[in-house]
Amino acid sequence: MKKTMYEKIWDSHLVVDVEGQAPVIYVDRHLMHEVTSPQAFEGLKISGRKVRNPHSILATMDHCVPTKNRNLPIADLIARKQIETMAENCLENGLNLYDMKSPNNGVIHVVVPEHGFVHPGMVVVCGDSHTATHGAFGALAFGIGTSEVEHVMATQTLPQKKSKTMLVQVNGELSKYSTAKDIALAIIGKIGTAGGTGYVIEYAGDAIKALSMEGRMTLCNMAIEAGARAGLVAPDEKTYEYLNGKEFAPKGDNWELALAYWKSLPSDTGAEFDTVITLNAADIAPQVSWGTSPEQVIGVDANVPAPESFDNEGKRKACESALAYMGLTANMPITDIKIDYVFIGSCTNGRIEDFRSAAEVAKGTKVADGVTAIVVPGSYHVKEQAEKEGLDKIFIDAGWEWREPGCSMCLAMNGDELSKGQRCASTSNRNFEGRQGKGGRTHLVSPAMAAAAAAAGHFVDIRKL
Amino acid sequence: MQPYTKHESIAALMNRSNVDTDQIIPKQFLKKVERSGFGVHLFHDWRYNDDGVTPNPEFELNKPAFQGAKILVAGDNFGCGSSREHAPWAIADYGFNTIISTSYADIFYNNCFKNGILAIIVSQAQLDTLMAEIASNEGGKFIVDLENRQVTTPAGNGFTFEIDPFRQGNLLSGLDDIGLTLKHVDKIDQYEAQHKQNYPWLWA
Ligand code: SF4
Repeated sequence: MKKTMYEKIWDSHLVVDVEGQAPVIYVDRHLMHEVTSPQAFEGLKISGRKVRNPHSILATMDHCVPTKNRNLPIADLIARKQIETMAENCLENGLNLYDMKSPNNGVIHVVVPEHGFVHPGMVVVCGDSHTATHGAFGALAFGIGTSEVEHVMATQTLPQKKSKTMLVQVNGELSKYSTAKDIALAIIGKIGTAGGTGYVIEYAGDAIKALSMEGRMTLCNMAIEAGARAGLVAPDEKTYEYLNGKEFAPKGDNWELALAYWKSLPSDTGAEFDTVITLNAADIAPQVSWGTSPEQVIGVDANVPAPESFDNEGKRKACESALAYMGLTANMPITDIKIDYVFIGSCTNGRIEDFRSAAEVAKGTKVADGVTAIVVPGSYHVKEQAEKEGLDKIFIDAGWEWREPGCSMCLAMNGDELSKGQRCASTSNRNFEGRQGKGGRTHLVSPAMAAAAAAAGHFVDIRKL
Repeated sequence: MQPYTKHESIAALMNRSNVDTDQIIPKQFLKKVERSGFGVHLFHDWRYNDDGVTPNPEFELNKPAFQGAKILVAGDNFGCGSSREHAPWAIADYGFNTIISTSYADIFYNNCFKNGILAIIVSQAQLDTLMAEIASNEGGKFIVDLENRQVTTPAGNGFTFEIDPFRQGNLLSGLDDIGLTLKHVDKIDQYEAQHKQNYPWLWA
């Protein structure tokens, strides 16, 4: 039988498959951060259970960590306690932790690929919805809740319902100014935030093959925003080259063995998907979200939609309330939207290529009057590399703040946040109400679009720069 | 986990779509290291005035008629967004044990059942009927009978719902998933031994 990549990974990880019980699958890698793990460790301890395979775990601290004055104790006492609890739990259970001061520290989904911890064909989980990022390697990677974190620690397995499969085929070539982020947003704009519910998406087509590994990470990262359980890209030469030589990548004879296995993973020609969606890359303009859900997104050359333009009642209502919250008027050009803040970072767009593309636009410009612009590297390694290339200087000269790594304003848990009514051009992944601070207004864009907006004080069509 | 029993309760109405986890429990409350005490923060930004303390009278769940409700009836794609289990913890701690909607985000849906919350899926037409009934009779009491997969309403808009028998059984018995999986520990051991042979580089 012809199988999709998802089916191959699923079949090879099935541990228990009995009548009347959810199938149980094996978990190869378990990623952790400070926010969704403490209660799982607590549960484990209470029930007298142990971590079954400590080597399958890599942990970091990212959500609550300050991006300034990292050498001082964390001022927020509850956050400090959470960080300390993480350190204690990892120590007690013998887990590999990149703590706040480690040169390897950063956002979990940025750090893990840097060390080659995830390979094609693995099942990877983390108490974090953006685990989907690692689908870029052809691994089945998805977010789980804290009870499931405990379940995986205790059993190295997880009861799972088999997902349906969706092929998102992106044909043709992306225009020079559109990026993986724009593909991700355009797909969500097309299928909606619930469009992928119940599915694992496989991204394919020339435009996907042409993406770098980092671009594929950006794309898969946002599979969850389309409601999908996970996103997948078939491994290819780029994948192998990226992994080769990384700390946790297979070495020597094992490399050859692994490579042979990885090459067997891509979906068989003619394998059937439950749903197929097709997009033409050339049609994807740089995207800007205008509302409070990632599906409320449009090309930068378009106007803010009017509620009447939607054909269903729910969407009309959602548009109305989004416009009210966002302080926008229907039919105004996207490029007339003025901003107060710019955030470049997160596990969606906090990698070196993102900073290169933003720096290219920021070079020689000045942040517009009244705008605050910050750059938060996804990890210390990204920061170091950017500094080596002089990107930090470009940003600082242009009036940006150059920060320490962390999740920062992606979810505004660490004190970096918008105040009420402030509007932000953000390279993160969620524009929910209050996500970047209560009453804050978020517009999702690519790094280059964010940099252009910082200099102009409003959104600009980078194709016209 | 408490076993889920048949119960009668007020059904509260939240006529909104895409209620996301950032609204259910905003991130400033995710720093705790315990599982309990999240109920007071449920829907914080909507529920309280700008001072963060006094209740916002405009917010639907603050209506006197909905106090003490165990059932929440809400619009589609409920619980979208992050994987934070703090969302169902907050919902359960507030007092809800049942949600009725047309659809839920995957992770949220799983998390509900792990925390003794029954998430019922209905058709859009059924949901519209239920919403209209609650709107015209706020404070009316529904009966939820999980064993017979039956919801009864004062105006007679009751219905039978579908649920995975495995989830149903676990809710009814209050059984813990880990214990259930560990009954198969021999299979896990076997799988792992095979895994080490098939993928030696993962164990190097
Ligand atoms: S950067 Fe944002 S999306 Fe990524 S892990 Fe941190 S909070 Fe989550």
